[in-house]
Amino acid sequence: MSFPLLTATAALPALGAVLTAAVPAARHTAAKWLALVFSLATLGLAALVAVRFDPGGARYQLTESHAWIADFGVRYELGVDGIGVALIALTALLIPFVILAGWHDADPDQQSNRRWRPTQGFFALILAVEAMVILSFEATDVFLFYILFEAMLIPMYFLIGGFGDRAHSGSDENAAAQRSYAAVKFLLYNLVGGLIMLAAVIGLYVVAGNFSLTEIAEARAAGDLTMATNTERWLFLGFFFAFAVKAPLWPLHTWLPNAMGEATAPVAVLITAVVDKVGTFAMLRFCLQLFPEASKWATPVIVVLALVSIIYGALLAVGQRDIKRLVAYASISHFGFIILGIFAMTSQGQSGATLYMVNHGISTAVLMLVAGFLITRRGSRLIADYGGVQKVAPILAGTFLIGGLATLSLPGLAPFVSEFLVLVGTFARYPAAGIVATVGIVLAALYVLVLYQRTMTGPVKPEVRSLPDLKARELAVVAPLIALLVLLGVFPKPLTEIVDPAVRHTMSDVQQQDPRPEVEAAK
Amino acid sequence: MENLIALLVAAPLLGAAVLLCGGRRLDRYGHLLGTVLAAASFVIGAVLFFDMLGRGAEERALYQTLFAWVPVEGFQANIAFQLDQLSMTFVLLISGVGTLIHVYSIGYMEHDERRRRFFGYLNLFLAAMLLLVLADNYLLLYFGWEGVGLASYLLIGFWQHKPSAATAAKKAFLVNRVGDIGLSIAIMLMFTTFGTFTFGPVFQELDGAGEGTLNAIALMLLLAACGKSAQVPLQSWLGDAMEGPTPVSALIHAATMVTAGVYLITRSGAIFNAAPDAQLVVVVVGAVTLLFGAIVGCAKDDIKKALAGSTMSQIGYMVLAAGLGPIGYVFAIMHLVTHGFFKAGLFLGAGSVMHAMNDEVDMRKYGGLRKYMPVTFVTFGLGYLAIIGFPGLSGFWSKDKIIEAAFAKGGAEGWILGAVTLLGAGITAYYMTRVMLMTFFGEKRWQPAPAADAATDVEPSADHHPGELPHPHESPKSMTVPMIVLAFGSVFAGALFSFNSSFVHWLEPVTRFEHGHPPVGAAVITTATVVVLLIGAGIAYAQYGRKPVPVTAPRGSLLTRAARRDLLQDDFNHVVLVRGGEHLTRSLVYLDHSLVDGVVNGTAASVGGLSGRLRKLQNGFARSYALSMFGGTAVLIAATLLMRGV
Amino acid sequence: MNPVNYLYLAALLFTIGATGVLIRRNAIVVFMCVELMLNACNLAFVAFSRMHGNLDGQIIAFFTMVVAAAEVVVGLAIIVSLFRSRHSASVDDASLMKL
Repeated sequence: MSFPLLTATAALPALGAVLTAAVPAARHTAAKWLALVFSLATLGLAALVAVRFDPGGARYQLTESHAWIADFGVRYELGVDGIGVALIALTALLIPFVILAGWHDADPDQQSNRRWRPTQGFFALILAVEAMVILSFEATDVFLFYILFEAMLIPMYFLIGGFGDRAHSGSDENAAAQRSYAAVKFLLYNLVGGLIMLAAVIGLYVVAGNFSLTEIAEARAAGDLTMATNTERWLFLGFFFAFAVKAPLWPLHTWLPNAMGEATAPVAVLITAVVDKVGTFAMLRFCLQLFPEASKWATPVIVVLALVSIIYGALLAVGQRDIKRLVAYASISHFGFIILGIFAMTSQGQSGATLYMVNHGISTAVLMLVAGFLITRRGSRLIADYGGVQKVAPILAGTFLIGGLATLSLPGLAPFVSEFLVLVGTFARYPAAGIVATVGIVLAALYVLVLYQRTMTGPVKPEVRSLPDLKARELAVVAPLIALLVLLGVFPKPLTEIVDPAVRHTMSDVQQQDPRPEVEAAK
Repeated sequence: MENLIALLVAAPLLGAAVLLCGGRRLDRYGHLLGTVLAAASFVIGAVLFFDMLGRGAEERALYQTLFAWVPVEGFQANIAFQLDQLSMTFVLLISGVGTLIHVYSIGYMEHDERRRRFFGYLNLFLAAMLLLVLADNYLLLYFGWEGVGLASYLLIGFWQHKPSAATAAKKAFLVNRVGDIGLSIAIMLMFTTFGTFTFGPVFQELDGAGEGTLNAIALMLLLAACGKSAQVPLQSWLGDAMEGPTPVSALIHAATMVTAGVYLITRSGAIFNAAPDAQLVVVVVGAVTLLFGAIVGCAKDDIKKALAGSTMSQIGYMVLAAGLGPIGYVFAIMHLVTHGFFKAGLFLGAGSVMHAMNDEVDMRKYGGLRKYMPVTFVTFGLGYLAIIGFPGLSGFWSKDKIIEAAFAKGGAEGWILGAVTLLGAGITAYYMTRVMLMTFFGEKRWQPAPAADAATDVEPSADHHPGELPHPHESPKSMTVPMIVLAFGSVFAGALFSFNSSFVHWLEPVTRFEHGHPPVGAAVITTATVVVLLIGAGIAYAQYGRKPVPVTAPRGSLLTRAARRDLLQDDFNHVVLVRGGEHLTRSLVYLDHSLVDGVVNGTAASVGGLSGRLRKLQNGFARSYALSMFGGTAVLIAATLLMRGV
Repeated sequence: MNPVNYLYLAALLFTIGATGVLIRRNAIVVFMCVELMLNACNLAFVAFSRMHGNLDGQIIAFFTMVVAAAEVVVGLAIIVSLFRSRHSASVDDASLMKL
């Protein structure tokens, strides 16, 4: 039997989490280094997965399958397609930067002599999230996926509720109250989504008799397994609801701004760039494969909701006074694009949506982490408390601008490629939706440039006069991500090559073909 | 030879990367590096040009494919270049004028501590602009299109500590983004119609598409062009863009970037030719902007804003010409090139004057400068003569042809368009004479420099002594030489292009060319043009040359006041878009909190209320638990029995 | 004798026990009533065993006795510690589920 590479990729951060948590209280710096080393080693394994993956090969590769709960047909079944590989790579790539950016976020308080070990806990939780997210991208068993989908809420809950942003306008108590509100809101929303999904998972078992994604999909394709139209629709809705909460799709989005606002910047990146991607990924993998007919049936509504998300998120971002909440609403707008791309049911749309997941992860990481550096320096999240920063800290301002430009999808940076593909893919099937979504790019420019203008330009405010520029550690976080944004913006071919075959499979699952160009169709 | 094309873009791109990432250690010679790389681009362009001349008219285009950019199922975009006569013209203009302005900036930005970064941005602009004109498909063109938008944003807002500059930069980017929607949709339409957006295949497949689709594509392209080229209704950003350093205004907002819209229309000529309805709209937009810009230019006292109005108006000429179809494309491009020379020269002259006058921009506070700045006076004067179309100079040749082509449109349309272009020529003569008289002639109306403002303490001026009268002086060599070179262009380029119709023959293989037949003789039109411009100049002389110019502007007529405020377009934008947008976002923020969040929280609260009531059952009395247990059991048993009974 | 009569007896005993659990406050008495119910079940099991002619019911009865004995140990210990801290053996006093 060959080496279980996929298990190893997920087990390594899990092991790291355990070891990090076990580091003695006094050695908190050692815990950080341990976490960083483990995250880098995971990145290495993820790179190996990407190298071993053959774009021209079978749909699911590097598969592993073991009996788990035999009585219910639950198996420990792993396998990756191109979409999974891309997202595993994104996760493994971002975690070291998240750890590095949050290097001092959980340093023990000098005054209060607490018994718990915040530093160890913080980094252990991050690694635990990484392990579960990676495994959920690999799981091809619906039940296994469900367990992970729910289990990752636990470390996220503690990360949001336990390690809040220290820059808070109110008193400490007020901050703690807001933080626990945000954490509970996050948990409740996702739990409700998860519960409904659990019902749908059980329903699927009743109908199909097992939990294996590959077997069910094959049986459906071969016609061995038919579902009544209504059954399929209800099951689809159960799955989709959970994913739409996690993604998040309007109107289920309101937990995200709270969670991202109250969490520290690295945790906010973890939420929006990594954990939320599980939701959109699952739409592509589970909703479309298991319930192709219902997916097509629901498409018009979902497209409209996605459009509302795009415009609504962007408009609300314009109206925000808090930098982190602004980024959160921008993310809602971007998730609208991803979902639009998935349900446009064209090759371009789905390839674009997959690239979008990766690119949005990187670009939001840049914007959010730099914003986090800024907020830590000044101790305030309010846009109005800044002004003229670019004169004091030009490198910080420059990186912030690049993050912003990526967010508004400037050509040459990675998000442009994905956004344009989503737009083209949508336009080809639903021209009106494509045009409405295009308006989103103007609004994106508006919120990014207004944010940049208010914080970075203009006369230097007295409070920001002594802000230091980016330090070496912070530059080490931002520079590689920016380089990656440029690289994937100009040369996204390595990514499109592995994503394309997976998209082709998904398109054939839902029995859809790209609309043919008018000129060809006429011939 | 075609392998050189990528180098055209790569040289300035390298400069931008090195200068922007290099840090402070490059401060001392960064500007030289930037200038050398811009010049390198020009030299490569020249080499390619002479190589191109050596080939026959139909084999001149060169193609270079670097790599697949976005290869996705059914969607293929390459990083690939196409260098034909049209692109070549732009390459030489962009890199040539660009290099001159790099040289000029060495002197102009000498005292700015962020000069290295300024050159980095200029190089970035050159790279993006060259990419725009060299792209062989619309998506890559879009890449360059947004790239120049970014460079323009960075350069307008170069003095970011001034809130006005930061606002102007943002406004320029946003208005351009509105135009970009057009380009995006045009590309999407091409993709769904033709399955490709590469120039060659699209233009070949045009016959298969319906006229409605083609009209839609053409109108969307026009929207994009309006944004980039500051045409009505997306013109409002150009005046504000004058907040940028003057070399930027000369290069980006006069000579090159703002003409990208004309390039786009000319490049897509095949599409426009097949979409006559859209063409009509193009002509109307051009005609309206031509008058709009000219009227605004008449009322502005800020020398740069007056020139900006003039730029808008001149681009209106080009767009109008391009809208006329094969009669006009060549002349649109010809006017674009000559305009590039004389407008860049005028802006550089204006910069030179500002440099000498403590960065004063109000022409009412100039006067009598011709004695103090002879080189600036002569070069500016030649540019002035060229732009008003003085017979023999560059502007005359190109503008006259456009007026002829407008008349040749035929019918009532021809007469209206001809009249508009003639009227525009008259107004041009008026406002340019006004600028000339207020700046270089008359009495000195110089004012003491205002006290240095803490917020604006890094102006590029060398000798900025608050409270003293300015000491005008001629600018250094690095600034005057580019002005002299551009003045040569302003004088001779038109004649050179028109000699033996060389420019027409040069571009004909790309844009096609038809001779127009105006209803009246060419000589009559030329005479009328000259008469009109004399009248315009005469009125200006009567108003500003014979009478002293007041230092504070008189209240003026209703039209003048409206024109000073850009014909109220900004007020309209402010009231409708800015205010309306603010209200919209604020109410949405409120709704998101109270309604969307409220509904969900309300659900949660009602669940909480239910659980509160249920909690009362958990009273801890073991016997009540026991009772419920017994009761429950009894019910279950009864139910089971009943079911059995049934 | 007809084994059904034993069942009637078992039902009667069970009802007495259940009523006692519900209406008496003294923990010891409640406890004895629980025992009564358990033994009523035992009786029923044995009666069924006799009726069906196999030993399953008797085996279950033994199990019940063992469990009941264990329950007595734990239950009495709780009652004793409750009585020590409160000087009363009323079950209603312990409604907060803590000492």
